[in-house]
Amino acid sequence: MFYREAGQFKATYQEDLQAFPIRQDKIGIGIWLAIAYLYIPFFGIPGLEYGFALNAIMIPVLIFTITTLGLNILVGFTGQISLGTGAFMGVGAYSCYKLTSYFPDANIIVLILASGFVAAAVGALFGLPSLRIKGFYLVVATLAAQFFLEWCFIRIGWLYNFNPSGAIEVPQREVFGVIVTGAAAEPATRYLVVLTILVFLTVIAGNIVRGRIGRSWMMIRDMDIAAELIGVRPLWAKLSAFAVSSYYCGVSGALMVFLWLGAAEVESFDVNHSFLYLFMVILGGLGSITGSYMGAAFIWTFPIILKEVGKRLFDIDPIVMENVSLVAIGVMIVFILIKEPHGLARLWQLIKQKLRIWPFPH
Amino acid sequence: MGDIIYGIFADPFVQMWQMPDFLMQVLWEGFVSGILYALIALGFVLIFKASGIFNFAQGIMVVFSGLTLVGLHALGVPAWLALLLTLATMYVLAYSIERLILRNLVNQPDIILFMATIGLTNILIGMGQWIFGGETKTMITKELFLPSGSSVWEPGGGLVIFQHIDIAAAVIAAALIVGLALFFSKTKVGRALRAVADDHQASLSVGISLNQIWVITWFAAGIVALVTGIMWGARSDVSFSLQIIALKALPVLVLGGFTSVPGAIVGGLIIGIGEKVFEIYWGPLFGSGVEGWFAYVIALVFLLYRPQGLFGEKIIERV
Amino acid sequence: MRCARSNRVNDHGSGIEGEQVNDTATNYVTEDGRTIGGVIMEMKNITLRFGGVVAIKDASFDIHEGEIRAIIGPNGAGKSSMLNVINGFYHPQEGEVWFRGEKRPSMKPYEIAEQGIARTFQNIALFHGMTTIENVMTGRQLMMKKNFFWQMLRVGPALDEEVEHRRKCEEIIDFLEIQAIRKTPVGSLPYGLQKRVELARALAMEPKLLLLDEPMAGMNVEEKEDMSRFILDVNEQYGTTIALIEHDMSVVMDLADRVVVLDYGKMLADGTPDEVQKNQAVIDAYLGVEH
Repeated sequence: MFYREAGQFKATYQEDLQAFPIRQDKIGIGIWLAIAYLYIPFFGIPGLEYGFALNAIMIPVLIFTITTLGLNILVGFTGQISLGTGAFMGVGAYSCYKLTSYFPDANIIVLILASGFVAAAVGALFGLPSLRIKGFYLVVATLAAQFFLEWCFIRIGWLYNFNPSGAIEVPQREVFGVIVTGAAAEPATRYLVVLTILVFLTVIAGNIVRGRIGRSWMMIRDMDIAAELIGVRPLWAKLSAFAVSSYYCGVSGALMVFLWLGAAEVESFDVNHSFLYLFMVILGGLGSITGSYMGAAFIWTFPIILKEVGKRLFDIDPIVMENVSLVAIGVMIVFILIKEPHGLARLWQLIKQKLRIWPFPH
Repeated sequence: MGDIIYGIFADPFVQMWQMPDFLMQVLWEGFVSGILYALIALGFVLIFKASGIFNFAQGIMVVFSGLTLVGLHALGVPAWLALLLTLATMYVLAYSIERLILRNLVNQPDIILFMATIGLTNILIGMGQWIFGGETKTMITKELFLPSGSSVWEPGGGLVIFQHIDIAAAVIAAALIVGLALFFSKTKVGRALRAVADDHQASLSVGISLNQIWVITWFAAGIVALVTGIMWGARSDVSFSLQIIALKALPVLVLGGFTSVPGAIVGGLIIGIGEKVFEIYWGPLFGSGVEGWFAYVIALVFLLYRPQGLFGEKIIERV
Repeated sequence: MRCARSNRVNDHGSGIEGEQVNDTATNYVTEDGRTIGGVIMEMKNITLRFGGVVAIKDASFDIHEGEIRAIIGPNGAGKSSMLNVINGFYHPQEGEVWFRGEKRPSMKPYEIAEQGIARTFQNIALFHGMTTIENVMTGRQLMMKKNFFWQMLRVGPALDEEVEHRRKCEEIIDFLEIQAIRKTPVGSLPYGLQKRVELARALAMEPKLLLLDEPMAGMNVEEKEDMSRFILDVNEQYGTTIALIEHDMSVVMDLADRVVVLDYGKMLADGTPDEVQKNQAVIDAYLGVEH
């Protein structure tokens, strides 16, 4: 009853090709954007302390959504598995650090978006093996990228300005008089910048995916030989997937360091993080933009929620709950892979199906 | 520039020549870790050959076995009993993994299987930390009658040190490999296993019980995992960072071919020795820590030019 | 099945009941008045080996523009391999392939597509992650040109291009009567419909030469009649040259203008369906095998 599409006709192909052709979806997106822009920066999340809500939940979730979008493009849409996500985020972060070291007066947001291109180039380079190596074996190639880049982050002192601790610390930067990075930056400012970049990148991802390039990615994923026989050049399709995906990961890496953590060491970009991002993609749903949002949000907030619930309601040690959440997430991953590879996104679609005909059962 | 060329192509060999005892030390260290890599890969190959299942969880099972053993002992269980109980646990674990997870993903592409075992790794890490606690543990080498201390060899005035535990590891691993090889070729069960690895249908038609064979295979893989866990744990303590080492089984398999027992051994040795040698002799030129990625880059090269590995079967693509 | 072609003649009213000229060297006119053009593809002394196995041995034949050419033969005769050679997917060790008057060098599959050759597959090669309309749209891949920047923007030239190709795909969907399943994920379609979607996707490429690998496999009589009708319509309305592999002899008799018969990789016969049906060597090869 809530989700009835009856009466919503599409008279032109343009209308049929929209991202959200159904009116209810458009309203829903509008509500989310309103909450995100008008409510949260002022009031945080109801029931949680303001600083905690923004710094520990909203900002990281939004940043990891960008990461998940990027990885989903590679794994979900193009079918190329990658365990190098952590390292590519690092490339973005270190590039941004060097850029702002050389151009301290440049607009930091522009630099963040620019550092994505460095990550894209590196990503495309390490994506070259995907032309010869298919399916599961690509894991090994991306692990090579991951470990090699990790080693570079330690070994190449120039990357962290020869800081003896090996870490990078984010300098204070302003945009139009507002402090955006560094210790003095307000959570609300950082949150709004991240949110806007996320919305912008989501629109772009959605556009690319629905067009010819996105289709070529999906063709490669589903049946690469048939794709080639239709005229898709595997080189272009796969490298563009790696490049775009790495761009997103690079930008999210720069945002992670500059607008969230404030500092970074190699550990922030290690292989365990690569696994984490892969979980976000799988749980959210392979090949789904909405799923990327859900996966990132869920994987990040679930342990936090478990710990809070365990502490407040049952007085259980947070470390125990941490382990419980590890087990739970593992179980969910396995379950999803067995039962529903389309993850939470499919679950949401099923719910919408039910809402179409509610209160009738079928 | 000349320095770099000299550094890459000449200097390391000069060093090797000038200090042969040090070279022996490095080779020995590489050999021992190589054997242990080979063991991890071997567990994988065993299961794959008998049931066609890619059990990437072999790595985490190694870690888990070490943890269980030490954990049981910490509870006061005598070493010999802890050993038996761990073996039983490993068996149950392997069996459940196969039944609950891998069985349901039989026709899926390998990527899906791999991601499922990553999820499984999470589960086992969570459970392991919950049950045994997250701190690093020491392997109960004394109680298992494993030797400690070291011997010194002084060839021609040089110095090579052999840790007794390393010698024990190499001997036990070699014994295990030889034992498995003999088992496969000489015993009735071993022959049945090879038949099953070759052709399930044909094996059924000559009366081999597939289930029984799988039980034995999982058991064997469990023993291999346990021995590996003990040996690795004895050399470098038991913690979850071991699972990163377990990831190295992948390059070993790529090198050796996913379906070959001699391949796992040769691959393991090449990676083990290669890593160490590269780190010691070429490391100073590039910077230390190269052994973190050496194995993967070698595997990458193999995947590009010889994807079936040294001993694996060639893959042909058909339309 | 015999009715298919004569029905069509009645529908289009172009029944010139003349003699069929059997000279295949130049243009000729079939009994129902379709003009067949010059040679579009020529296979010269093709030999194809897989290791020690000889799949095709010294085969030579040609395909004329606008005709429907059938490749038949008992199981294992090398028909699929032959199609793959035409398709450019397999490269013969000996012999030459001439396409549109030029010797064709060893090409990548996507270059073959650029040349205007499309195909369907025996074991349906649809993209299972997509719906019917999305699958048909993939056939337009080569014709969509708007670059990355416009793709990011979508509004503007990229969307216009998308709409234009969507319109074309919808025409093909109407033509093959699969409108009802337009938004259905292809994985859940019955076999017969999947084959039709695959045909639609191949047509979306607007090919000069269309290769059909056992288009009727696994279909019942009704589905075969539908598919035959569609194949004939494609040939007539779009003028597409068609080469097909088929086991069902009555289909071949009805659809094909000329037939090539292979057995154990060697050519047994090459001519019109009537000629081939009466050829003793062909009869011997098929002896004991139902049509």
